[in-house]
Amino acid sequence: MTPAETAVRVRERFGVEPAVDGAVVTAVVPVERWPEVAEFAKHELRCRYFNWLSAVDWKADGLEVICRLENLDAGLVLVMKTRLGSGQTRCPTLTGLYRGADWMERECYDMFGVVFENHPDLRRILLPQDWEGHPLRKDYAVDTPHPPYR
Amino acid sequence: MEVKPPVPQIPPPVWTEIKDLQEWEKYRQERPDGDKTSNALAAIADAIHHLPGGWIMVTSTEKLFNWARSSSIWPVTFGLACCAIEMMATFASRFDVERFGMVPWASPRHSDLMIVSGTVTIKMAPMLKRIYDQMPDPKWVVSMGSCANSGGPFRHGYHVVKGVDRVVPVDVYVPGCPPTPDSLMYGLLKLQEQVAEFQKTGRRLSSPQEG
Repeated sequence: MTPAETAVRVRERFGVEPAVDGAVVTAVVPVERWPEVAEFAKHELRCRYFNWLSAVDWKADGLEVICRLENLDAGLVLVMKTRLGSGQTRCPTLTGLYRGADWMERECYDMFGVVFENHPDLRRILLPQDWEGHPLRKDYAVDTPHPPYR
Repeated sequence: MEVKPPVPQIPPPVWTEIKDLQEWEKYRQERPDGDKTSNALAAIADAIHHLPGGWIMVTSTEKLFNWARSSSIWPVTFGLACCAIEMMATFASRFDVERFGMVPWASPRHSDLMIVSGTVTIKMAPMLKRIYDQMPDPKWVVSMGSCANSGGPFRHGYHVVKGVDRVVPVDVYVPGCPPTPDSLMYGLLKLQEQVAEFQKTGRRLSSPQEG
């Protein structure tokens, strides 16, 4: 399956216009259809490899969650993006589909405060458990003192 | 036949270390923060000092003790970041600090010196403090490199302690990013000079002795 064919299938199935750049197909989907698109990618497009998941803070426009799924046999890459909306932090989890999503989503929660619903174990993964705030948010004040050590 | 994908089985969280650390911190804070020397030794030295002519003996034994201390400083093997590579090079045969009597020792319980070689993150700081507390008195700390001195290039990061002197008392600061083995050796020699003056003044020197 070529990237162009993949884009056509994604457009027919979900009604969004994917951007194709080389082998990379980028689809911006609404947050409600997030797990549905991932399931489509895994079972229909055979994207078995969960590469990474991260987020972007667009300040007033809210958070955007990005995830990259790959079909290594066909050399096909699907990048899924979703906007959570201004002030929203809730996003469906992908841990039921991809086990590798577990730590990625925990890291995303740790750094951006995105709450992945139905995640089996949503704790901080890199920072200490008693940390306050989510440091990769744009409104996180970096130089505020954090007792007792700074 | 259709092969079903595996359902992830993720074990429930077991997290005890933070609680352990908090208990340790509580215990440490209850401990009196006294002098760096043994009270029993100090009492004996004081008694001898007040005997007629005893001060001659006390002064010379202190000199002997300081000679012994300064010529067998054992640094604890504790590398944090890229400075640790330079520290290892300093310990290795080309620069060979063993000729100063410094043996890198893999236990804080038998060590006199902690070389903080690298960036101290806020998450690492309690562990660093714990290792420092495990070392027997008297003990010294060398802060190696920009990160340990002041936070260095990561000073404006959200996770870095802005200088290890906010966690443990530091005797010698070695600048550099990372310091070369020569710089570290210079710092260690400065530390030896400090240690040689230990107890003569009754407290640790605040700045390296010149001359």
